[in-house]
Amino acid sequence: MAKLTIPREELLIPGHMGCLGCGGALAMRYVLKALGKRTIVSVPACCWAILSGIFPNTCLRVPMVNTAFETTGASVSGIRAALDALGIEDVNVLGWAGDGGTLDIGIQALSGAVERGHNIIYVCYDNEAYMNTGIQRSSGTPEGAWTTTTPVGKTQAWKKGPKKNMVEIMVAHKIPYTATATVAYPEDLIKKVTKAKGIHGPKYIHVFAPCPTGWRMAPGKAVEISRLAVQTHAFPLYEVENGIYHISKKPKQKPVMEYLKLQGRFKHMPQEMVDKFQKEIDREWELLIKKEEFTKSLYAGE
Amino acid sequence: MVKKVITGNYASSYGAKLAKAQVIAAYPITPQTSVVEKIAEFVASGEMEAQYIKVESEHSAMAACITASQTGARTFTATSAHGLTLMHEMLIWASGARTPVVMTNVNRAMAPPWSVWADHLDSVAQRDTGWIQYYCESNQEVLDTIIMAYKVGESRDVLLPSFLTLDAFYLSHTYETVDIPEQDEVDEFLPRFDPPYKFDVEDPHLFGSLSFPHQFYMEWRYQISLSMAKAREKILEIEAEFKKTFGRSHGGLLDEYRCDDAEVVLIAAGTMASTIREVIDQYRDNGEKVGLARLRVFRPFPVNEVRELAKRAKVIGVLDRSYSFGYGGAFFAETAGALYNSPDEPVIKNYVVGIGGRDVTPSTVSGILDNALSLKEKGLDREIEWIELKEGGD
Repeated sequence: MAKLTIPREELLIPGHMGCLGCGGALAMRYVLKALGKRTIVSVPACCWAILSGIFPNTCLRVPMVNTAFETTGASVSGIRAALDALGIEDVNVLGWAGDGGTLDIGIQALSGAVERGHNIIYVCYDNEAYMNTGIQRSSGTPEGAWTTTTPVGKTQAWKKGPKKNMVEIMVAHKIPYTATATVAYPEDLIKKVTKAKGIHGPKYIHVFAPCPTGWRMAPGKAVEISRLAVQTHAFPLYEVENGIYHISKKPKQKPVMEYLKLQGRFKHMPQEMVDKFQKEIDREWELLIKKEEFTKSLYAGE
Repeated sequence: MVKKVITGNYASSYGAKLAKAQVIAAYPITPQTSVVEKIAEFVASGEMEAQYIKVESEHSAMAACITASQTGARTFTATSAHGLTLMHEMLIWASGARTPVVMTNVNRAMAPPWSVWADHLDSVAQRDTGWIQYYCESNQEVLDTIIMAYKVGESRDVLLPSFLTLDAFYLSHTYETVDIPEQDEVDEFLPRFDPPYKFDVEDPHLFGSLSFPHQFYMEWRYQISLSMAKAREKILEIEAEFKKTFGRSHGGLLDEYRCDDAEVVLIAAGTMASTIREVIDQYRDNGEKVGLARLRVFRPFPVNEVRELAKRAKVIGVLDRSYSFGYGGAFFAETAGALYNSPDEPVIKNYVVGIGGRDVTPSTVSGILDNALSLKEKGLDREIEWIELKEGGD
């Protein structure tokens, strides 16, 4: 395999307002390295609305606009349309939202934007809860997790129901490129964003972005946990290009407990919940393997 | 100049085309839909060079217009009732972001019960959003106002969004003769949109970031208030310029009709003004000193014009086609508010009319005028009166 080189240029400069060990900050750093300075970023209400800097500071060397919580998809549509109207072609338009802004309140605007086929890149940095407001469950929170609105207690009121599969929702829109990535694998992440940059039309990249504050873990563990998520198959790395699945990493599977035990948000989980979690992960992984086999054989030769 | 017999909605579409709006983001809603259908035809035929985003909601329409404007494009959208109220969050965003978006709103009643007919609640409820609001009486005024609204809104000392309103069906779907100005004349009157700040990869900035209470948030809002006040002069100045170029105008902020020596003046907005003019003429023929002051611009409110009016009039009747539950129609409350700190004290009464598209007929207006005339001698009877309620309606 050819050795990839990570671009040296830093478009996220020192002084961001994020917490120690923020996966979302790392994710932006790598995504901008891939896209380069000719990029306009639109960010709704989320950690990044604060991380980017308090007036008059900014930690980005690209233009960034704050937009309302549910509007990222619409806002990038507007930017691209205006650039087209003004005859400006060589600028990337990046929508950048959290799991709440993508899977919950912003899903309509995102669905509309990708269905219309705008030439945009949308990145969801998924920290699996409303972290900017202080750790409330979202539809991206995994089953069993503690958050401040799923506080466990005597009634075992942890997050009920599975995490919404946003990647599949995007694939169902038949957009040209959908991928998952995470901060423990920067070369893979940068490779995917670079590929997305070269494709015309809507692209969706779902970046798993650990949140030490919200996941109740040590700030130094963000990258390790991100890697364990991939190694346990809890967050598989794959891409879907024109309907064809390709799994980017097929690591020898580690037990999910290794991933769970480092995070306080799962510490209350009884063994049967852990077993259920493991079973779900294995099922999903098997399904993904089958999808890869099936779509590759179905579209072979196209 | 070409004369065409067109609806108020089509007058909006022609206005957007003549203004060379570069990005349109719109969503259908009765009775606005034909505005954006016509624009779709213009774009499809190549008559209009614009990017047309067929968004999935009005909320997204406004969100897309805002960022398109911040990227440097002239933007247009159109909506009505539920579409406008769905946009509410983004209306406030548009003025906060200082984006001079222009929008047509067809005034329609809010559900429930469902009603698609004329009512001003949708736009009046946007009073505090920081938008300039024009209320139109004719299709010609619709077209002309769009062109003027861009010029006012895009002025460096205003930089605020504007909407103009048309009464559902009375104007949106009624055909009138409209002078369509020549494109080169409009181009000369309305230069290209050139915002002072926009997204630029060569000069990157962060737009709309957090501002603490001790920083500049309060001053940012204060500057919007200064710009809105400045819009009063700009609207008059630009309308005078428009008149010079195109030979017509529509009455500034408060369009007065036979008010000079009037003892009783009705204040009203939208199409009912045309009916009121007719009735005023009849009363004048009978020697009654009555007049109409059409509220053409609701935001910024024509405070000075209303105060001038109060120097002359003994009775001011304010007709509201919407109601603020709890206390009176907004036009009434604003008029009364403007006069409290003025030495002149005419009797002010609120007539609530035409809610949900109920016709405001000449006989409705006569009833109001008779009552208003009676107040000259006897003083105020009731502060607020709902007009022509059906029997059993109370």
